[in-house]
Amino acid sequence: MTNFEIWDAHVHLSGVPGDTPQERLRRLIEFADRMGISRLCVFMGMRWVYDPQPEELRRQNDDVLRAIEAFPDRAFGFVYVNPKYPEESLAEIDRCVVRGPMVGIKLWVAERCHSPLLDPLVTRAIELDLVILQHTYLKVTGNLPGESTPQDLAQLAARHPQARFIAAHSGAQWELGIRTFRPYANIFAELCGFDPTSGVTEMAVRELGAARVIYASDAGGRSFASQLAKVLDADIPEEAKQLILAGNLKRLLAPCLRRKGIHVDT
Amino acid sequence: MSAKEITSRRDFATYRRKVLARPRIDDRAPPVEKTSKGTMGRRALLQNLAAGSGAALSLSLAPGSWETVACGAAEAAPDSWQPPERIVDVNVYVSDWPFRRLAFAEPDRLVGKLRTHGVVQAWTGSFEALLHRDLRAVNKRLVDRCRRSSEVLIPFPAINPKLPDWEEDLRQAAEDLKAPGIRLHPDFHGYALDDPELIALLHKASAAGLLVQLVLMAEDERTVHPALKIPMVDPRPLVDVIPRVKNLRLILLNAQRVTPLPVLAKIVASGVVFVDIAWQEGVGGVANLLQHVPVERILFGSYFPRFYFLSALLKLRESAVEGQTLKAIAEENARRLLEGRT
Repeated sequence: MTNFEIWDAHVHLSGVPGDTPQERLRRLIEFADRMGISRLCVFMGMRWVYDPQPEELRRQNDDVLRAIEAFPDRAFGFVYVNPKYPEESLAEIDRCVVRGPMVGIKLWVAERCHSPLLDPLVTRAIELDLVILQHTYLKVTGNLPGESTPQDLAQLAARHPQARFIAAHSGAQWELGIRTFRPYANIFAELCGFDPTSGVTEMAVRELGAARVIYASDAGGRSFASQLAKVLDADIPEEAKQLILAGNLKRLLAPCLRRKGIHVDT
Repeated sequence: MSAKEITSRRDFATYRRKVLARPRIDDRAPPVEKTSKGTMGRRALLQNLAAGSGAALSLSLAPGSWETVACGAAEAAPDSWQPPERIVDVNVYVSDWPFRRLAFAEPDRLVGKLRTHGVVQAWTGSFEALLHRDLRAVNKRLVDRCRRSSEVLIPFPAINPKLPDWEEDLRQAAEDLKAPGIRLHPDFHGYALDDPELIALLHKASAAGLLVQLVLMAEDERTVHPALKIPMVDPRPLVDVIPRVKNLRLILLNAQRVTPLPVLAKIVASGVVFVDIAWQEGVGGVANLLQHVPVERILFGSYFPRFYFLSALLKLRESAVEGQTLKAIAEENARRLLEGRT
């Protein structure tokens, strides 16, 4: 028998009914409870916008603030920003993280992340010791115009070796994503948002080490179950599973949590 | 105070004091409620979680021994959900994926893993069938592998209606190999679901008393190897095709990514049609599926070993599928189907 503490690095207010952010998060937590997940990192609001204007960014972050406020002991928020609006995005980081309860930064598909437009945001993240969760996908069918590839993130990580990045989805074509991230110790491979294809976690641990692999679900669009299986069913040591399921994320969030008076046992 | 009201560091300090810092993450969970068996029931577990403890999932490979403990707490608190004692898995493959070695590709390892989860019967195809053109050889190997390893693996040979003389492959499957059914791969084999040759195959297979498994997707079209051009299958023609085939017993595998649930409901209602859960995604996905498809038409399918086996099993837990519903999905529906009692 083995016991795991589980933190989920990637959850949205989607896939469940509810007219308010709080109601949706309540439903997500009900499912998380069944799966033994104790903490959810939530970002982006009730409706998704690929390239949000500043007003929309604030609206989306307000949704998350309302949701996590209702469940402060179960959910963390990551502030959603758009590199095309650096001043407004920096202001959102101040509002939601420095003066607010959020604990990380989320970048999606507004701008490919190798762009210099990201530099001021990454510099601020380094100052605040915040982790950046960057969407990465490599679609044979073609990426969205602003959608980042693993190679884009590698360029950004090389420019900012002091920053720490979570590569959401690991590019989905994970053999390529993992290979791309391998030389960059400041990139952590996140396992969510693609099918539970066996072997992904074993390869990530083999090539990156268990300390650079992070469990996440991409719920509610994805099932907690299918994504948890990638770790729970992987042929890796139990200690590695615990690092992936919670330990690594706790370590990345710890500096920010400590500043907020929250002690985390890493 | 609410987070929206935070406009200064002082506001945040107040917020932190009042809201964020309770409880501390490493706080120990409140004492768990014990039942007469020394374990915590679902209600007590949920109350414990609602109190802010969170929970850590604990897994064991053997059915019936799952446990849950509160986050950080030393005391074990088993969840009331129990995995099914016996499973008929209708979506299993032997052999490697064409582009990746699979840890459980070999029959002995495959069966060993399946047995640890209570799988008593696995309807099994071969990934070789995706790209090979000599399907008679593929199917012979499949049957040999299945029957050599154990009685757990039930072979479902592949038929490609776009290959010349596919009728002989079908005859071999039914008469020589004595397979209970066949497995079709319209995406890799490149035909639409209203293709006349497919319809002819469905007629002949049904006349021979064979179950027909239709795999609507073998791989997400976004991640398929770039050397291949695999068209996404449009399932909608099935609504018209199925009623035209007498005695058709059809099982849709890996259907959900290309089939929205309302469309799936129409297809299932159009005949004797079943669907598996391997590709059912979304939070509470099986519960959502149950809102669209009658429970007696849902089968346990894992798509193992290409998918991690636990993916399908944990979906049942996530949707709190229990009791007779769990038995039906995990075993009884498939057994009835194989015995021709549908």
